[in-house]
Amino acid sequence: MLTIAGRKFRSRLFGGTGKFSSPEIMQEALAASGCEMVTVALRRVDLNNPADDIMRVLDRNRYLFLPNTSGARDAGEAIRLAHLARVSGGGEWLKLEVTPDPRTLLPDPIETLKATEELVREGFKVLPYINADPILALRLQDAGAVAVMPLGSPIGTNQGVLTRFQIEIIIAQAQIPVIVDAGLGAPSHVAEAMEMGADAVLVNTAIAVAGDPVRMARAFAMAVEAGRIAYEAGLGAVNKDAAPSSPEDGLGFLR
Amino acid sequence: MFVIPEFSALQEAINRATEAEVLRALSSDHPGLTGLAALLSPAAELHLGTLAKRSAVITSQRFGRTIQLYAPLYLSSFCANRCAYCGFSADNTIERRALTFAEAESEAMILHQRGFSHLLLVSGEAPAKLGVDYLEELALRLRDRFAALSIEVQPLATEEYARLFRAGITAVAVYQETYDREVYRQVHLAGPKAEFDYRLETPARVAAAGMREVGIGALLGLADWRAEGLALGQHLAWLRRHYWRTGISVSFPRLRPAQGEFKPLLPVSERNLSQLIFALRIFDPDVGLYLSTREEPRFRDGMIGLGPTRYSAGSCTSPGGYGQANAGGKQFEVGDSRSLAEVSAAIQERGFDPIRKDWDPVFQAQQGGQQAA
Repeated sequence: MLTIAGRKFRSRLFGGTGKFSSPEIMQEALAASGCEMVTVALRRVDLNNPADDIMRVLDRNRYLFLPNTSGARDAGEAIRLAHLARVSGGGEWLKLEVTPDPRTLLPDPIETLKATEELVREGFKVLPYINADPILALRLQDAGAVAVMPLGSPIGTNQGVLTRFQIEIIIAQAQIPVIVDAGLGAPSHVAEAMEMGADAVLVNTAIAVAGDPVRMARAFAMAVEAGRIAYEAGLGAVNKDAAPSSPEDGLGFLR
Repeated sequence: MFVIPEFSALQEAINRATEAEVLRALSSDHPGLTGLAALLSPAAELHLGTLAKRSAVITSQRFGRTIQLYAPLYLSSFCANRCAYCGFSADNTIERRALTFAEAESEAMILHQRGFSHLLLVSGEAPAKLGVDYLEELALRLRDRFAALSIEVQPLATEEYARLFRAGITAVAVYQETYDREVYRQVHLAGPKAEFDYRLETPARVAAAGMREVGIGALLGLADWRAEGLALGQHLAWLRRHYWRTGISVSFPRLRPAQGEFKPLLPVSERNLSQLIFALRIFDPDVGLYLSTREEPRFRDGMIGLGPTRYSAGSCTSPGGYGQANAGGKQFEVGDSRSLAEVSAAIQERGFDPIRKDWDPVFQAQQGGQQAA
């Protein structure tokens, strides 16, 4: 079972709350995904308002609420948002997003590290969203992040795991969970990430803008499970040449 | 500094676009300015349906099935400019008014009670009546009650924008009105606005001051809309290159009858307007696109999901007009007088989520003015 900062998760699929056509569809899709952790943009919700369109449909007993700092341009803004989350009952868990370029929404590694160091000191459980940079992942681990969230491809692009070779290194080196986040556009993409040994994936856009978000959520849940089982079962190695049918061909000289 | 090519050169680039170039732009991930010219061309009109589909796919991918809602709050109708097309023009004999802080707060609270979280503060250009001090003070008074405050007022200096940002203003809209220098000169008869280049440089000052977002736009009906579209694309691309941290939005105000009864010089049809919107969306997948209540319900509802991402609702264009029915001179007549609830229902009916809050005052550390800690 997946454990992050001492908390256990049966599902290795994490959900998001953006881009859905209605709060009700979002609620149904999250239920169909079986996810137990859901990220919510602090800019989108009014945590102090029980009638808030997103908060009223999110059952806090069912989902671990993972506020995110989407929109923050630097460490200072991200830290202020984290404080807002804490004083409004958002808890200690935080998906740290620092994205100074409003166009690509790619994360700023320097500001992300700075904010992580500060927020860890303040007692937050920080899950930073990062480009798939193995050294940055290690630096964040050393700084006390409880997981790292490298991107598969730029957010919302549905392009899958384009950062494959860096993510393989991150997975090989990390002692904290690795959650592949962003750019996963199809169930086959998340199956790929899970087969590689990712501990979990986060999917939002691909479910929210699907023709039928509820069925798509289920498809992603199945793919996450399939990928994980395949990883645990041990995938056969990929060969460039055909494997010899008789494994000892060419070894007839041996006595 | 951003330099705009001759308007006629823009028109030529558009008019020589071929159908093959239109198709290439439609199948490219990065159509660029050449592609934009093709998408704005008469040759692209035959493919309007394909433009709409492409625009819708890009919009949904980037923004999801959502539309953001906001309301304008008119603060003052005093204006030192004589602009041929505007209801607030200095030579129009309308009843003029500038709201006191108490009046502005009371108007804001009416919008708050109606459910708005994003406000656009608007005024004519009369710095003596309504200057930076006023805007700063008002922003400090309103910021904790609203998710986002933006302004559409006279052009300001970089350090003035920086002050307003610290007071809680998030975004600034400043429309060139027309990128055709000659037409600009003809319709801006007197006042500080007659200075074409100062206005053209304003979005860069907004970005340099650290604002989150700058809004650009052209007032449709003054000059060739196709060339305005290409000029907007050039301005947008220039701003992206020089100020990569700044979000950008584009508005498409189309001239409607105002007090001065100005007739559009070159009418722009709904088909034209839709082509312009689709073309800019395909050109720049990330730009915020506004569709205001200048347009009629049928058109606004039809455009939901096809490109625009931000709608106003229940707008009143005279200062004090939310609290008082006949508040005096309007800037323009609205085409869609439906309430926030009605517009939200129309958005939901089309399978989109009307979003009222998509920002938070916490992003900006509070500084400036006398209320600062």
